Amino acid sequence: MRSDPGRPDCSVLAAFAPALLDSALEVPQGVVGPDGQPAPKRFNVYRNNVVVSLVEAVMDSYPAIVKLLGEDYFKAAARLFVTQQPPQSPVLIWYGADFAGFLENFPPLEAYGYLPDVARLEWAWLEAYHAADAKILKPEHLAAVPEDQLADLTVTLHPACRWIRSDWPVFSLLSVNRFDGDEGVDLNEGQDVLVTRPDLDVEVRLMRPGCAVLLEGLAEGLSLVQAAERAAGSVPEHAFQFDKCLADLLTAGAFAEFDVLSRPEAGK
Amino acid sequence: MKTKSMTAAIVAGAVVSAVTSLSVTAPANAQAKEKCYGVSLKGKNDCKAGAGTTCAGTSTVDYQGNAWTLVPAGTCVTMELPDGRKGSLTELDRDLPKS
Repeated sequence: MRSDPGRPDCSVLAAFAPALLDSALEVPQGVVGPDGQPAPKRFNVYRNNVVVSLVEAVMDSYPAIVKLLGEDYFKAAARLFVTQQPPQSPVLIWYGADFAGFLENFPPLEAYGYLPDVARLEWAWLEAYHAADAKILKPEHLAAVPEDQLADLTVTLHPACRWIRSDWPVFSLLSVNRFDGDEGVDLNEGQDVLVTRPDLDVEVRLMRPGCAVLLEGLAEGLSLVQAAERAAGSVPEHAFQFDKCLADLLTAGAFAEFDVLSRPEAGK
Repeated sequence: MKTKSMTAAIVAGAVVSAVTSLSVTAPANAQAKEKCYGVSLKGKNDCKAGAGTTCAGTSTVDYQGNAWTLVPAGTCVTMELPDGRKGSLTELDRDLPKS
């Protein structure tokens, strides 16, 4: 077999990788300095940098959680996360997707039930930021649909559109801890939040009652009338304001532009 | 079923009402933005989007050509800057930090 001098064989890597994330493990065989002797100090610097850089990556993606936990606590928790769930992909921007799940199952933080949903919201922000560009559906596009076809219309969500339904006031928590908002936070209030990126900037909005259920239905491919029916049934009577909800979704750029005539249900 | 059933007429009415309310208020996203290179003062450039992209506030010279900031759409290239500089929608090779 041909051997590549730049690439150590598999048995070396098998010992090298676990030792990177666990400082209790010995320096792997074959890690030597210029003098040919084992180099534990150099290896410790290296493995510390691996963990620290990943902790900083998680920190960059969850600024509100950093603020809520405090930097020291966050770093300690993130260290644990990094060693338990190292990156599965070389793309650094996508590292930390499961941090909300980690927070949810981290016993010391059990009493702070809102943390996982705030983390989910911050991840939604990041996904929206990096989502593909697409033109948004504008009110005038919808106005061009013949009225008798509106009820059966289906829409396509914009690639950056995300939403979070939470039993916690995640919009207020994010606003105060990430965007320097000064609103009060009522921990007994649940909030649904919409995240969009109609152009270059990510936008975060509080959703009206039932509006997230409507969006969920539309995402599943339900028609406007089916999704509205479900949304109205999900909240107390008359709490779902279809027109205001739809106006919010259009303003936010939640839907992708489509050619009305290309819809099978149109032009029937 | 407790809630009143949605009908095609209600849906159509709601859509019309939503569309009308939006056309009388500000049009959605009236204020479009564009990335403008070479116009931000040092340390004031935009862009911060999670891991690996920590470049917000990292420009080190004024009007650094490869640092951008968001400005209202259409204003970037017409912006007046000191010493005849202009903003640009693409990266510039002027005012780069000394390496």
